[in-house]
Amino acid sequence: MMMPRILKILFFGLIIKPIVLIVLGLNVCNRDKLPAEGPAVIAANHNSHLDTMVLMSLYPLSIIHKVRPVAAADYFLSNRMLAWFSLNVIGIIPLDRAGVINRDRLFEGCNEALCKGDILIVFPEGSRGEPEKLGAPKKGIYYLLKERNDVSITPVLMHGLGRALPRGEALLVPFNCDVIVGDKLPIASNPDELVQYLSSTYEYLLQYCLTHNTLE
Amino acid sequence: MLDIPQNSLYAMIAVVCILFAATTTRIILRAKNPEKDYTELRQRIQSWWWMVGLLFLVLILSKNATIAFFGFLSFLALKEFLSIVPTRQADRRVVFWVYLSIPIQYYWVVSGWYGMFIIFIPVYIFLFIPMRMVLIGETKGFIKAAGILHWSVMLTVFSLSHIAYLLTLPEKNMQAGGVGLILYLLFMTQFNDVCQYIWGKMLGKHKIIPKVSPNKTWEGFLGGLLTVTLGSGFLAPFLTPLSLAEGFGAGLIIGISGFIGDVVISSVKRDLQIKDSGNLIPGHGGILDRVDSLIYTSPLFFHYLYYLHY
Repeated sequence: MMMPRILKILFFGLIIKPIVLIVLGLNVCNRDKLPAEGPAVIAANHNSHLDTMVLMSLYPLSIIHKVRPVAAADYFLSNRMLAWFSLNVIGIIPLDRAGVINRDRLFEGCNEALCKGDILIVFPEGSRGEPEKLGAPKKGIYYLLKERNDVSITPVLMHGLGRALPRGEALLVPFNCDVIVGDKLPIASNPDELVQYLSSTYEYLLQYCLTHNTLE
Repeated sequence: MLDIPQNSLYAMIAVVCILFAATTTRIILRAKNPEKDYTELRQRIQSWWWMVGLLFLVLILSKNATIAFFGFLSFLALKEFLSIVPTRQADRRVVFWVYLSIPIQYYWVVSGWYGMFIIFIPVYIFLFIPMRMVLIGETKGFIKAAGILHWSVMLTVFSLSHIAYLLTLPEKNMQAGGVGLILYLLFMTQFNDVCQYIWGKMLGKHKIIPKVSPNKTWEGFLGGLLTVTLGSGFLAPFLTPLSLAEGFGAGLIIGISGFIGDVVISSVKRDLQIKDSGNLIPGHGGILDRVDSLIYTSPLFFHYLYYLHY
């Protein structure tokens, strides 16, 4: 596993971190609330491919190999180049969104990673959605952690990345973006409760955003 | 390596001494009142060390490094401004062009093409932005969006690039050089902020514009203005081509316009209902929070100097 780790450090140290810190620029709020070690789950809202890169670049290169985004298998494993890159350089945990396989098999990769003490990045909204709009979180994250009461969920709200690189655009335009880390969520007893926790936390964290003014 | 002229070197040493004094004072304060929290003061002073350190490094490196440094500062300020104000999703490509104005504007600075430097943004970019927006074709919110975009380049690129152009002007005070002009402008502008703050803390009673900045008082403003006018006068022959009397004039301009720059950016933030424009500089806020006064003092000081001596 040494080779992918070096690739990941090089990729983030030489390309992603400079882009995120200089071309984009972050307003990070409550950085100290991010889980410093696993097993842990970060639940973030999703507007742009940059979301994952921004979240990962908040971590020092020494532990960046422990930070693993959970990503859609149908998209990221769709061709061989992208699959190799996603699995080896980014270190994604592929998730089959089609829902044909049963639930236990579905989260196999995630559970394995949690057992190794990794920090998972999960986007409960599923796909990226409209730029700068909060989508409704889905229930999957509840089932992922149902058996794991030792793993806490840290909600993170990001804002502004949908302007920098929205879905379907290739041109990156520099904008600062807000990254606001919330308190760990309480343990939910059913999926609807967890969805409710997530939605209300995102709404609450929105007040700390500096980039929330829009003309539309 | 740029040879720093003698007077400018002395000024740089003096600034470093002031920073040492600030750090020492903070350490003494902490030792005297261990129960009080001085985190913000510590962050502020630490950030000052970084900002002064970076500026002095580029000043020592070369003229072009310094111009590039201010270009980068314009980039950070513009990015911060565009991030906090409302923009339309449709204008992403226009915003990209707005960023491209930075290397072009600073190229005029490097090449010393004064005519182009002075009209490029107020004329060409001013006319270009709406044209590029028309090509996209979204008319809803067109007026506001065009206004915001042009205002953003004027504030963060046009205004701030005047600092860099000071280095391109022919040297008239051989003991200080272009570096002396930059040190004079930056030091006096920041000194003005500090003086107005201190005078306001000591004597402040009558509020100037309570709706925008509740902490700004007439006592702070006038006390600061007096201190800065005197200081600017005495320092002017040392660091600039200005005489003592002309230096007093420069001090008045810096004192008054520095205050205005500060409250203009405050009004922007108040309108957007945010306290700071970012959190890039610990203890200070964002880049705009730091360069707010400079946005006004730079072009005004530049043209005062240009009118009198060039």
